Amino acid sequence: MYRRDASTVIFARLRAVRLSAVRPAACTGLSAVLLLAGCTTHPDAPHAASTPLRTLHREDMLWLERTSFGLDTDSVADYRRLGREKFLDRQLHPAQMTLPAPIAAQIAALQITPADPMQSIAAINAQNKVINAMPGGSDKEQARKVLNDQGNKLAYEAIRRDLLRAVYSPAQLQEQMIWFWLNHFSVFQYKANLRWLIGDYEERAIRPHVFGHFRDLVMATLQHPAMLQFLDNNQNAAGHINENYARELLELHTLGVGGGYSQQDVQELARVLTGVGINVGDAPHLKPELQRLYVRSGAFEFNPARHDFGAKTILGHPIRGQGFGEVEDAVKMIVSQPACARFIARELAIYFVADNPPPALVERVAQTFMRTDGDIAAVLHTLFMSPELDGSFGGKFKDPMRFVVSAVRFAYDGKPISNTHPMLNWLNGLGEAPYGRQTPDGYPMTELSWASAGQMSRRFEIARAIGAGNAALFDPEDGGAASTAGFPQLANRLYFEALEPSLAARTKTALDRANSQQEWNTFLLSSPEFNYE
Amino acid sequence: MNRRRMLKLGGAALVSAGISGRLYAAPGAGPRFLLVFLRGGYDSTNLLIPYSSSFYYEARPTIGIARPDPSSNSSALALDGDWALAPAVRDTIGAMYTQRQAAFVPFAGTDDLSRSHFETQDSIELGQPAAGTRNYRSGFLGRLSEILVGSSGINSSIAFTDALPLAFEGSATVPNLSLKNVGKPPFDERQARILSDMYAGHRLEAAVSNGLELRHEVAQEMADEMTEANRSAINTKGFELEAERMGRLMRDKYRLGFIDIGGWDTHVGEGAAQGPLATNLSSLGKGLQAFSSSLGAEWNNTVVVVLSEFGRTFRENGNRGTDHGHGTVYWVLGGSISGGRICGEQARVARGTLFQDRDFPVLNDYRAVLGGMFRSLWDLSPAQSSRIFPQSSSIDLKLV
Repeated sequence: MYRRDASTVIFARLRAVRLSAVRPAACTGLSAVLLLAGCTTHPDAPHAASTPLRTLHREDMLWLERTSFGLDTDSVADYRRLGREKFLDRQLHPAQMTLPAPIAAQIAALQITPADPMQSIAAINAQNKVINAMPGGSDKEQARKVLNDQGNKLAYEAIRRDLLRAVYSPAQLQEQMIWFWLNHFSVFQYKANLRWLIGDYEERAIRPHVFGHFRDLVMATLQHPAMLQFLDNNQNAAGHINENYARELLELHTLGVGGGYSQQDVQELARVLTGVGINVGDAPHLKPELQRLYVRSGAFEFNPARHDFGAKTILGHPIRGQGFGEVEDAVKMIVSQPACARFIARELAIYFVADNPPPALVERVAQTFMRTDGDIAAVLHTLFMSPELDGSFGGKFKDPMRFVVSAVRFAYDGKPISNTHPMLNWLNGLGEAPYGRQTPDGYPMTELSWASAGQMSRRFEIARAIGAGNAALFDPEDGGAASTAGFPQLANRLYFEALEPSLAARTKTALDRANSQQEWNTFLLSSPEFNYE
Repeated sequence: MNRRRMLKLGGAALVSAGISGRLYAAPGAGPRFLLVFLRGGYDSTNLLIPYSSSFYYEARPTIGIARPDPSSNSSALALDGDWALAPAVRDTIGAMYTQRQAAFVPFAGTDDLSRSHFETQDSIELGQPAAGTRNYRSGFLGRLSEILVGSSGINSSIAFTDALPLAFEGSATVPNLSLKNVGKPPFDERQARILSDMYAGHRLEAAVSNGLELRHEVAQEMADEMTEANRSAINTKGFELEAERMGRLMRDKYRLGFIDIGGWDTHVGEGAAQGPLATNLSSLGKGLQAFSSSLGAEWNNTVVVVLSEFGRTFRENGNRGTDHGHGTVYWVLGGSISGGRICGEQARVARGTLFQDRDFPVLNDYRAVLGGMFRSLWDLSPAQSSRIFPQSSSIDLKLV
């Protein structure tokens, strides 16, 4: 009762503020109380400032939204302190940025954190062997279930870690890029034993290279057992060609459809990739002349006995038979194609700027890619300091991941949640569960795919779940007693600073028609201004 | 029946719908089509049992289903001299077959030899030629939907799934809503109106108001369900309930529907006349029967195709289950189809006719089978039908 009474008071005050007839546009009501410093100086230029900003303009907020999974008080404070360019530099070099201690502790407690894929695969193989040798019956079923549950648990932990980082990491651009690259080099958790591997895939293949050179990212995914199994290259051997990965490496990972390669190039690349696979057992017995070409790193193996040493030509470039060096040379040559630079530039621009990004911007970003040998930090610098980005504000529809994470960031503003199951359920319901894309093309990044009738009403339901505070985000993970946390207070300082100034009249009318704080929260999270950035 | 005339009737319905302001225009008297996708590769050999083949009983010593017993109502149902229907669907699909409202197409499937669920489901849903680059933004139902919008002006397609399936990808926006759990709508009418008003004039205006209205419509169906259930004290559950809801929605508003059902990947302990597979088949049969009942008279204007990405190994494996195979059996159901037949190219069931000594060959390509059906259902031109299934020649099984 107390909680409800208190909120009613706040809500009533809020309405009173909103209904006050005369107020200056930038600093009014609650925000005037909370933002004294912000109201005392002349407006600064909206961007390109490297000195601390006193007043934040709407463009600053929208820019900040694009570089992050949504605003929270800390990111606004950082931006205010650093200005746009320094803020961006810090985001692009996040080594010193750390997670809040309670979140770091939650992640440190996960089972996946120290897991090693070689041991994981070996253990699953051993368990499967035992299960297969068991006589049919309930014991066997039970053993399978135990193994299966373990895989589900580890996959969930990987997703839990992703979500916690997405919500709470101050290195917001890094976390968005983790999502982007995981989606670009998409793997599906339910294929083979990937549920045991996706945590490591993110941690070792993607995360270290997220702002590095694109070539290193391609090579890291190419050698990871998750990708090798997802696209079947572990079955690709001389005389038993499997083109699956070779094709997607060209089509989805580097050059894009229409990137100038032919079916012949796919076949040749598949030959280059023969012998690239997985081994968690003993090294194979090799002839002495092949011994020196053998490569092994964890579960990754290049087995020269499975490799096709014949001459190959890809995109007109001869590849000389020399074992795994062929793969490195081929990847280096492919990612240095202008088609690759343009493809990656366009994908980034679709994700961060617009569904149909301006060609001039894509070309400039691609030029940076080519000039810097695919330096992702440099590429993103060009993108985020471009006038085209500023010109696109308010027009990009949030995909489900951005919607869910930004809502939780906005609603709870740094307060640590304990249970990520509701977030995963919402993402499942909206069709964008992490590691849940069956097809290797990753989730679409444009409005068309996420704003259908059914998806919009589902989104509003989730807005209500968050706005009404019955979301179980603060319940214990293990299903213990439910928490008594109330609904969030969305009419907060952040709202008045960041969202309220840009609300359309129709949205304000809707908010005014709310009968309770919970309903007000729901409408705000459902509004066009919250769902577009 | 004169289908062109029916399409015209469908067009007339659009005008009246505009006046009444309903969510989606009623599709009028035009034909309806539901695709049921069994994900996981169901064991078609234990659905349509080749009971005249002694090889079947050799190959499946523990999971083979006994020959039809004319004195028993719970044995397999003999459909002809060679094929029998699983006891699990005897009362449902078997009854439809007897009324010529069901037919089966054995040796059906794709030319995809990956035997991968993932790969083959995609290739079916996309419906594109095997050679060449896949376009993941274009599924065959999406292309059909575009053509139907073009001819009638009505977009009346729906996927009864949480996410839009690959099959419905395309330029026309197809709504999707799972009817599995449809509790009371989260928003009352006042709240729904406020939310819709907030998007008035916005490019998502239609999606927002349609989505909220669809939830309400479905909730109203639920309310009927509740009172009807109380009256007749029947408590329908699971797929049967879901399918009944689908039938109501398709009767009133939708022309083209899609639903997928998982749980068919029976590598271990699949059972025979009874067991996990039989349980799944039974639930599917009951669901499709409920679907047909809830369509009422419109069942005569409806065609349902049940398919799966592939069949399974002809021989049972060491775990009393079956592994990924190739050719499968498609079901075709409908109130006025020329059913009661086993259709398409067939081979004698024997060791020598197995594909790669492992599973059924594919003699009836799915694109040709479905393409032929669509052509005849909607009177499509050759150009339209090759837009749905490029580089595929359709075959007419004369079912619809």
